[in-house]
Amino acid sequence: MKLNWFKYASPVTFYPLAGKLIPGFALAAAILTVAGLYISFFVAPTDFQQGESYRIIFIHVPAAWMSMFIYIVMAGWAAAGLIFNTRLSSMMASALAPTGALFTFIALWTGALWGKPTWGAWWVWDARLTSELILLFLYMGFLALHAAIDDPRRADRASAVLALVGVVNVPIIYFSVKWWNTLHQGASVSMTMAPKMAATMLLGMLVMALACWMYSIAAALARVRCIILEREQQAEWVANLAKEPT
Amino acid sequence: MIWKSLDDFIAMGGYGFYVWGSYLVTAVIIIAEILMLRARRRGVEKTRQVQIILSEQTKHETTT
Repeated sequence: MKLNWFKYASPVTFYPLAGKLIPGFALAAAILTVAGLYISFFVAPTDFQQGESYRIIFIHVPAAWMSMFIYIVMAGWAAAGLIFNTRLSSMMASALAPTGALFTFIALWTGALWGKPTWGAWWVWDARLTSELILLFLYMGFLALHAAIDDPRRADRASAVLALVGVVNVPIIYFSVKWWNTLHQGASVSMTMAPKMAATMLLGMLVMALACWMYSIAAALARVRCIILEREQQAEWVANLAKEPT
Repeated sequence: MIWKSLDDFIAMGGYGFYVWGSYLVTAVIIIAEILMLRARRRGVEKTRQVQIILSEQTKHETTT
C-alpha cells in the first residue's frame, strides 16, 4: 500500500487526524511525567557537589532542549509554508510558537533559581544565558508580528521570515558554552563523551525530556486544531463538521 | 531511601526554595497553557454554534 503523505497536508484531512492523535500523546506525557518525577526525586542520588539543588536539572535541561528544538521545528514549518505556500505548514508554525516560548521561559526561570545557590547570582550576562533570552524575544517577536498583521497569509509570510532569520541563534545557544568562556557549565549530555553523571540522573533527565516531547506534540496539535477552525470558519468542510461531534 | 521524613523531603537539603520554586512555577505554567488551550477551543466552538444558527436563520428567511 502506498501511503500518500500529501493527503495530510490539507487542513481538511489533518484536522480529524490531529484530533485522534492528541489523547495518545497526552496520556504518554502524563505517564512519562509521573515516571520522570519519581526517578528525579526518589531514585536519583544526591549530587556530591551541589547537594539537592541539582534536582532542578530534571526540568531545566529538558525545557532548554525543547526551547531550541521547538524553534527549529517551528522555523522548518514556517519555511515549508513560504516555499510550498501550504497554509497548514504556517498554521503548525503558529501552533508551536507559544509552547516554545513557554519552555524558553521555564528554562530561564529554573536557570535563575539554580544559578542563585550555585553561582550566587540570579542572572549573569553570560553567552549561554543571553542567547537563550534572545530566543525568548524571537518567540515573542514571532507571535507579536503574526498578531499585528490582519491578513493571516501575509502574517504567515512575514513571521516566517523572522523565524528563519532567528534560526542562526540556535547553534549560538548550543555552542555558546564551547565558543566562549561561560559561567554556565558545559553540555550535560554529549554524543562523543561518556556520561559524566550517575546513570539514574541521566535516565531521569531523558524520561522528563521525553515527557516534554509528548506534551509539546499534544499541545501543538490541540492548538493547530483551534487555529484551523478559526481560520477556515467560512469553509464548507468546517460547516459540515458541526453535524458530527468533534 | 534518600529522604528520612516528609520535612526532609520538603527541605531539599536546604535548597527547598530553589527546587520547589522551579517545579511549582513549571507546573503552574503547564497547567495554565492547558487551561488556555481549553478556553480557546470553547471560544471557537461557541462562534461556530452562533454561525450555524445564523446561517440557518438566513436560510429560513430566504425560503419563506
